[in-house]
Amino acid sequence: MSAGMYKAKAWGVKGANFGILAAFIAFTAFPFYWMLMTMFKETRDLMNPNHNPYLFHMRPTLEHLRVLFFDTLYLQWLWNTAFVGFLVVLITLVTAIPAGYSLARLTGKTGERLGIGIFLTYLVPPTILFIPLSKVISSVGLQDSLYSLVLVYPSFTIPFCTWLLMGFFKVIPKDIEEAAMIDGHSRLGAFWKVVMPMSVAGVLTVVIFTFTLVMQEFVYGLTFITAASRFTVSVGVPTFLVRGDVYFWGSLMGACFIASVPIAILYNLFVDRFIAGFTVGAIK
Amino acid sequence: MATVETRDIKKHFDDVKAVDGVDLSVKEGEFLVFLGPSGCGKTTLLRMIAGLETQTSGDILIGGQVVNDLPPRARKIAMVFQSYALYPHMTVYKNIAFPLKAQGFPGEQIPAKVEWAASTFGIGKLLHRKPRELSGGERQRVALARAVVREPSVFLLDEPLSNLDAKLRTSARDELQQFQRRIGTTTIYVTHDQVEAMGLGDRIAVMSGGKVRQLGSPQEVYNEPADTFVAGFLGSPPMNLFERDDYIAGFRPETFLPVGLHDTSEPLVTLWAKVHRVEHLGADRLLYGTMRDTFPNEKVIINIPFTVEMSITPGETYEFAVKEKDIKFFDRSTGLRTEPRRFWEKRS
Amino acid sequence: MINQPQSLADNEKWLGRAMIAPAIVYIAALVGVPFFLALYYSVSDITVGSKEMSFIGLDNFRHLLHNRTFLRALRNTFIFAFVSQALVLVLAKALALSLLRDFRGKWVVRLLILLPWVAPISLGSIGWLWILDSVYSVINWSCRALGIFGPMTWPIWLGQPTLAMASIITVHVWRLLPLATVILLGGLTSIPQDIHDAAAVDGAGFWRHNFQITIPLVLPIMLVAMLFGVVFAFTDMIVIYVLTRGGPYDTTQVLASLAFFTGIDGGDLAAGAAIALFLFPVLAVSAFLLLRLARRTEVT
Repeated sequence: MSAGMYKAKAWGVKGANFGILAAFIAFTAFPFYWMLMTMFKETRDLMNPNHNPYLFHMRPTLEHLRVLFFDTLYLQWLWNTAFVGFLVVLITLVTAIPAGYSLARLTGKTGERLGIGIFLTYLVPPTILFIPLSKVISSVGLQDSLYSLVLVYPSFTIPFCTWLLMGFFKVIPKDIEEAAMIDGHSRLGAFWKVVMPMSVAGVLTVVIFTFTLVMQEFVYGLTFITAASRFTVSVGVPTFLVRGDVYFWGSLMGACFIASVPIAILYNLFVDRFIAGFTVGAIK
Repeated sequence: MATVETRDIKKHFDDVKAVDGVDLSVKEGEFLVFLGPSGCGKTTLLRMIAGLETQTSGDILIGGQVVNDLPPRARKIAMVFQSYALYPHMTVYKNIAFPLKAQGFPGEQIPAKVEWAASTFGIGKLLHRKPRELSGGERQRVALARAVVREPSVFLLDEPLSNLDAKLRTSARDELQQFQRRIGTTTIYVTHDQVEAMGLGDRIAVMSGGKVRQLGSPQEVYNEPADTFVAGFLGSPPMNLFERDDYIAGFRPETFLPVGLHDTSEPLVTLWAKVHRVEHLGADRLLYGTMRDTFPNEKVIINIPFTVEMSITPGETYEFAVKEKDIKFFDRSTGLRTEPRRFWEKRS
Repeated sequence: MINQPQSLADNEKWLGRAMIAPAIVYIAALVGVPFFLALYYSVSDITVGSKEMSFIGLDNFRHLLHNRTFLRALRNTFIFAFVSQALVLVLAKALALSLLRDFRGKWVVRLLILLPWVAPISLGSIGWLWILDSVYSVINWSCRALGIFGPMTWPIWLGQPTLAMASIITVHVWRLLPLATVILLGGLTSIPQDIHDAAAVDGAGFWRHNFQITIPLVLPIMLVAMLFGVVFAFTDMIVIYVLTRGGPYDTTQVLASLAFFTGIDGGDLAAGAAIALFLFPVLAVSAFLLLRLARRTEVT
């Protein structure tokens, strides 16, 4: 092949690349773009099948958002989600951080197996456990309480976060801890005073990931809680914002957008570390 | 077999000038070494010749043909990487056969070719193993076999010996040179190890800061360095350099012997030095000291072969001498080599 | 002479056990115990209201195997999971390849690609509910405007069984693509650049390079991503709950959603537990495969 043909081929590949990327982005991001459009459109504009849905035929409106925030329990649900999220993150950190460190440093061969075993429990889906758990929750008297979620959610956040943290801790050189121990710390002291400060980024990743898991959870939320005022966002929006057969699409889309995009931005900041921790855990 | 030429080749990464204008001509069948410290641009230059990096400006010619826009596989080159870059999921056989298959070599002829390449490096017994089952030396030979199997016009080698144990390195060096002499392919070799460069190269291109400081045979770059960088980089221990007014004078440690040990037919310059410390290195003795007159209190290293039985006591001052022709002079501001001066007559 | 460690903080063996204990206890209590309870319920006649329950053997399972809805759900579960995973595999590979090089705005691109994965599943599904709406679907409008659909074509995406299944698979693919891509990208970037350079010098063209060099080297991690995807798709009920509630007429039920409707809405906890337990064999196989992979991930 001549040099010119090679050059042309290189440009062709670049173009194809760009095209593929554009197509994918359109696929993944379109629903959110659509949420954005819908939440600002007048209902009469939305509900007219003759209008081009890509354009605004009437001026954009904030009415749907007003309804969402003041006429529905949306803010309450956001608060509930934040409340549960905060407590679950706390419980997860307190449990998973020591466990992750233990698996990374202190337990040797059995530790490897235990680590994988813990990770595998993540694969046991809520859809198997939710029925017996619902009976347990009601017998403990936590039926219809947010605390039922606070109690149960760590059952899936702890396994995964332990795995992630194990990965993060493995990367920290042992020399640094040993230097601290020679300097006079115990193993626990070295962990607390030296390893933890170095793992701040890893811990933050775990916090965000846990919070995302909490926000996404649906099955337990739907099963354990019946009062609308105690729903989390993930459960409240689909079940309550639909009154009878009429879907308040404008507010509905607004609700979805607001609860999805900001957390995605936050998640994007940490996804590199997430992958790093995830894959390190798999390499011996 | 082909010649390689670079014409004013440059490579800039934003503000960094990795390669800053190199004009080079590699002769057919020659073993040329790019020598320099890390960051001098030698690997970047090699990669541009290979086609793995695109130059910012300048031309590269292989076999007289401009190859600027050709991808690596069209340049008829083979490369051995520092990490060997063996395909970890393939057996040794498949690794060596891969280039042949990629270039559309007729299937029936491949086994014979692979056998030939493998036996050239003595790895015929390892063909069914995977890279992770091999030792460092064995992996290196597989990399060489894979490079050789296509019978390319140019070999490019990027520090292929640096991952080997020290002992293995010397024997590998010997084998490599014998192999290249036998097969006669033009070879470009990158290293930071000056002993390797001196041992292997027909010519050495000493590089620093993206430029070639000197291009010459090992004797040339060692005995007649073009500037202070070349003078300081080659030779272990390095050349003694002394700054004076507007010039720098220097001589190599092994040229500075106790007076009386030179054969007196050539003109000598005698200088006194106090010896502080002696290192017994087996074949040599290294003396660390300071000069007495002419360059007072400047540090000096002296290399005496073990054949000299004269006893040296730390703390004593001795009279040493160096042949006039062994003193090299450099311009103080540019570092470039200048004409000799007669500084010793200006003794104060 | 080595002294005995003074305190727990020094005693590594016991410190390790103490540090991991809370996690193990939590998991045992909230995953292990309910799991065995599920087993127990499935062989009983417990309901939402009952205070007692009695052992009825394998009756629940026997009834299920004769139940047409259940068999349909079983079939759907496999179809949805494996078809969506196959699609994700191909698409993620293409997407990961085009994301390999750094370019300006990559951060934003990555954000847009991650959105389906990070957004709460139920909310993303509602977005699709609106897009696939029988009257106002933007897809229908756009296809008509582009001339792809004629005047008589008005697909009811969530109302007709085949279309509904296709829609659900699409949403699953939409949801799982980001995770698979990101994991795959991690695997691709872990291949040393030297190997790619060597292949370039050796003469490998685009297809050979990809199929003989790149894919074999990312295969282990690709399989991990796939296993994850299969598990998620297999056990998911949210997408179906939001989009079709299992309809039309239970044609898009999967095991997970059927378990929910039977157990919670219908009150028959025992049957619900039994249905859900059919998920377990696939999960066990996946776990086993993952373990095997974990042992074989030594490539270099």
